[in-house]
Amino acid sequence: MIKKILIILSASLLASAVSAAGAEVHLDKMKPDSHDNISLQEGLRTYMDNCAGCHSLGFARYNRVARDLDIPESLFMDNIVFAEDAKFGDLMKFSMTEQDGKKWFGAAPPDLTNVTRVRGVDWVYTYLRSFYKDDSRPYGVNNSVFKDVGMPHVLLGLQGLCSEKPHTATGQEIDPLTGHEITHESCANYAVEGSQTTDEFNKTVYDLVNFLNYMGEPYQNDRRRLGWFVFAFLTILLVPSILLQRELHKDIH
Amino acid sequence: MSNKNFKPAWLDWIDRRLPVSNAYEKHMSKYYAPKNFNWWYVFGLLAMIVFVNQLLTGIWLTMSYVPSAAEAFNSVEYIMRDVDMGWLLRYMHSTGASFFFLTVYLHMFRGVLYGSYQKPRELIWVFGMFVYLIMMAEGFMGYVLPWGQTSYWGAQVIISLFGAIPVIGEGLQEWIRGDFLISGITLNRFFALHVIALPLVLALLVVMHVLALHEVGSNNPDGIDIKKHVDDKGVPLDAVPFHPYFTVGKLPQVVLFLFVFCGVIFFMPEGGGYFLEHPNFEMANALKTPAHIAPTWYYGAFYSILRAIDFPIFFIEAKLGGFMAMGGAIAILFVLPWLDRSPVRSWRYKGWMSKFAIIIFAIAFAMLTYLGGQPVTALNGILAKIGTVIYFAFFLLMPWYTKYEKTKPVPERVPE
Repeated sequence: MIKKILIILSASLLASAVSAAGAEVHLDKMKPDSHDNISLQEGLRTYMDNCAGCHSLGFARYNRVARDLDIPESLFMDNIVFAEDAKFGDLMKFSMTEQDGKKWFGAAPPDLTNVTRVRGVDWVYTYLRSFYKDDSRPYGVNNSVFKDVGMPHVLLGLQGLCSEKPHTATGQEIDPLTGHEITHESCANYAVEGSQTTDEFNKTVYDLVNFLNYMGEPYQNDRRRLGWFVFAFLTILLVPSILLQRELHKDIH
Repeated sequence: MSNKNFKPAWLDWIDRRLPVSNAYEKHMSKYYAPKNFNWWYVFGLLAMIVFVNQLLTGIWLTMSYVPSAAEAFNSVEYIMRDVDMGWLLRYMHSTGASFFFLTVYLHMFRGVLYGSYQKPRELIWVFGMFVYLIMMAEGFMGYVLPWGQTSYWGAQVIISLFGAIPVIGEGLQEWIRGDFLISGITLNRFFALHVIALPLVLALLVVMHVLALHEVGSNNPDGIDIKKHVDDKGVPLDAVPFHPYFTVGKLPQVVLFLFVFCGVIFFMPEGGGYFLEHPNFEMANALKTPAHIAPTWYYGAFYSILRAIDFPIFFIEAKLGGFMAMGGAIAILFVLPWLDRSPVRSWRYKGWMSKFAIIIFAIAFAMLTYLGGQPVTALNGILAKIGTVIYFAFFLLMPWYTKYEKTKPVPERVPE
């Protein structure tokens, strides 16, 4: 039995190594800004309203997020934390159990604390905007980035629902005058209209992914800031070290 | 301080009981190193610095890490998020692993360029190779500890390699894992080996490596035997004391290295997915195979050689053939001192064949390293096979091309 499992495992290993070379999905680029607190706060709001029902942020703590995003404790506890018994210092683990998740969606919704580190921000940014109507799926939707995904289109109320698979842009076009990227309306017909325009929705998803990128590495601003101090120290250290080396070199030659 | 022989009383007290001053002189202030050392010679020192970095950050990581299948992944995230400066300790350790290999590879290549493994330095090379071998095991087991997807599936791939060995393969795998599948038991034993057994062996081997070096003295870029010309005190004329000339005197190089090292730690700790692989931010899941499993970059060359043998050789099936090729690629490095039959050490005085061989070997090794992280495609497969052939040809043809090529005369003294 064990042998069989191992054979299947190693066969799937080989197969996946080969198939990884297959077609890559086109991903829209997004550049996170971990200093934009307004965007991070908007992202947190969107997350708690739409994602937190199923996906935990189980490695992060409420108080850390509140501190980093400049949200006062009382405001945070009243408006962000849903669970009644949750404390300010708790991990952001939400209510759905793994068993329920499996029963309702076929697979337990994964924890998303590190999702941008696993998938990359571009992937998440594109994925969340790529749902389309597909009546053959249990929830009536499919996704052009993650085929046959078990997740329903949670942001349907905002985006609306595209009636067919959105055509993927083949390349990025830059406006020659402004230098900005030209945003294309990627969905031609909507089966359900959403409350936001395409630009508004792109911004909503941008903020959400920006927040998740912060989640993946909440200390990233500290990391870079400390890095500059270290560089400054090394630069100063370089001066006497070069002088010492020159002094020693005089003896050698 | 004008009296050169001035020695404080406390030091004298110790010296009568333990040869501290003696050891300091033998290995530092009166260890004479050739004055024509160039920048290639800094990588041994840098590797040592990274080794100390690994030991220190490792100790602090151990304080918060929990070696169990249920808690390992969580505890690493706890270190990254809740432990003060925990992220810095972890990034120093993970970046250090890559830089340990990087500096050691360059250190080894220096040895190849200048024939530092040749008589009488064979044992230095062999000890160094054991250091490298233990490092490979240490790095592999360390990568399993965060218990992410790459940890788990990487271990799965590596351990299953042993299954290729006839008769005992199956049992051997089980013996390594301590279980029928990779489990918490495997994680715990890898933890024990990673934090206690292997570092101890590594430290001991490094000491042997340096002791053997200090017994015969350092080689130099010209491969000249500096001990042939000594002054009336027996000090080589073309040498300077190791300390301070190659300690303090190498500080600028160390600082420049730290710029690069810290640049990665603070500005790109994932190293573009090469130092910390993306799937490893997801907890190990025995039921979910990641789309692409690649070993960490420093095993890339050997992994490429393993994959290059995808065809049976006579009665040896492909899997075993690949395993043997990979093992052979590492084993052949050990006997390098006996493959080089050249009358000269440094490539500066070797013939064109040696120079050509070294350059093409370096390119092949870099290419194999790169391919090890890439998915198998038709082109990659062919390139890996070419690289493998070059890798082995470099060593297997060495006795021939080093013996029959025309070499240049080596100067008696180090050129000014």
